Amino acid sequence: MISLQDITVAYGSRVILNHINLDIHTGETLAILGASGSGKSTILRLIIGLQKPTSGKIFVDGQDILALDEDQMDQVRLHMGMVFQYSALFDSMSVGENVAFGLRQHTKKSEEEIREIVHNKLHLVGLDNVEAMMPNNLSGGMKKRVSLARAIALEPQVILYDEPTAGLDPLRSMDINHLIVNTQRQLHTTSVVVTHDMESAFYVADRLAYLEEGEFRLIADKETFRSTTDAQVQRFIHGSTDWQEGGNTT
Amino acid sequence: MLGMLEHVGAFTLHIFEKVGVLALLFLQTVRQLPKIQRRLTIAQMAHLGVNSLPIVSLTLLFAGMVMTLQIVDILLRYGAQSTLGGIMSIAMGRELGPILTGVVVAGRVGAAMTAEIGTMKVTEQIDALRCMAVNPVAYLVVPRFVACVCMVPLLAFYGYIIGTAGGYAVATLSAGLTHFTYMNSIEMFTDVSDVVYGLIKAMFFGGIIALVACHEGMNAKSGAEGVGQATTRSVVTSIIFIFICNYLLSLILY
Repeated sequence: MISLQDITVAYGSRVILNHINLDIHTGETLAILGASGSGKSTILRLIIGLQKPTSGKIFVDGQDILALDEDQMDQVRLHMGMVFQYSALFDSMSVGENVAFGLRQHTKKSEEEIREIVHNKLHLVGLDNVEAMMPNNLSGGMKKRVSLARAIALEPQVILYDEPTAGLDPLRSMDINHLIVNTQRQLHTTSVVVTHDMESAFYVADRLAYLEEGEFRLIADKETFRSTTDAQVQRFIHGSTDWQEGGNTT
Repeated sequence: MLGMLEHVGAFTLHIFEKVGVLALLFLQTVRQLPKIQRRLTIAQMAHLGVNSLPIVSLTLLFAGMVMTLQIVDILLRYGAQSTLGGIMSIAMGRELGPILTGVVVAGRVGAAMTAEIGTMKVTEQIDALRCMAVNPVAYLVVPRFVACVCMVPLLAFYGYIIGTAGGYAVATLSAGLTHFTYMNSIEMFTDVSDVVYGLIKAMFFGGIIALVACHEGMNAKSGAEGVGQATTRSVVTSIIFIFICNYLLSLILY
């Protein structure tokens, strides 16, 4: 389980996250929703240790990760994978080398075994025979898939997705949504998906959390979230500025 | 007057701040040295050493030739032409070889390192490294640091030979000195320490170039403009530190 307790992130007087609490249960998929700049991605960066909060505590499987040094944190990160908003593929390496990177760095597997795993992971995300291609020659959707293949190469227990469908057309977005669900089912991972794509969130998530002005306004399962009477959340769900209580839009 | 003093003060503070952050990066690099990745280090050595040969050759050859051209007349006037080889050898070994090599490498390789690492920073590739439990200092800085510390002295030694040879060419072809006079002068006046101390300086310059380039790259601000600014800062800072370090090392070594 991942637990964020009383987390505050502030840059000077600008507060990004204001005393938030969040529990992410093992094996679930949690979607974090909110407007651009509301601090969604910051939560992912805190969980994987790319950033430290101004105050508060973060526990991963009962371990206080803020008390760990960088080498100890690396041991925690080995059980996590992250899919970045802009994929963050290593552009000096081929697709195959990108997916094999973690395996070469952290395992003593033979090149033959690594090739096999790379092939399997790429196949899992629906890409075949692309090992030799360079990231610059891939479309946005393909980059996201390679990024996911790279993230799952070491079979992590937790996968963090930062805006996985941003910038993709509806068909490609649905492909990525299927991938997230299939990956969760096949690898039994805990997934955290940061998005402002409502369709994607309702499709992939078991629970949803709505972040507004640095605080969670609502954390609930899909049905409760969908039927909430909170006007602000409903406005976000419907993408409408004039939603009124009772489910009507004027 | 007050404005000028403020500028001098700000510049001095900036230099001390840079020394501090570079010292911290140096310590992190030393700590990560056991995790050195040989394949990456050799690739950096090849990139740095082999690819820098043409520009180092050109720079040192013409520096040697023009220096000889400038001083040979004066030496001839005082009948001291028999010292020309020694003067060139000492100047190239102690100062010009290491410092010109350092400046050329800072401009060519240091800028490329900053641009590459800066681009990785702004496209979240460095964050991706950290997410994959790979220390960016071990993966990016250590190979470049080791490559620079090893290859810049080699380039400086090569530059010393090329520069002295440039002086020889002008001395024999244009000023009428004999092969024996030039070579004998080198043997008489040059001590092994003149060249060895020059190579020690070059080793320090290599370390400075790598640390400054990696630090600026890893701290590049987002966007193409940020990477461009980091690259410029990297070259300027490297050259300033090379000159300061050169003076301090000359003071200590000679």
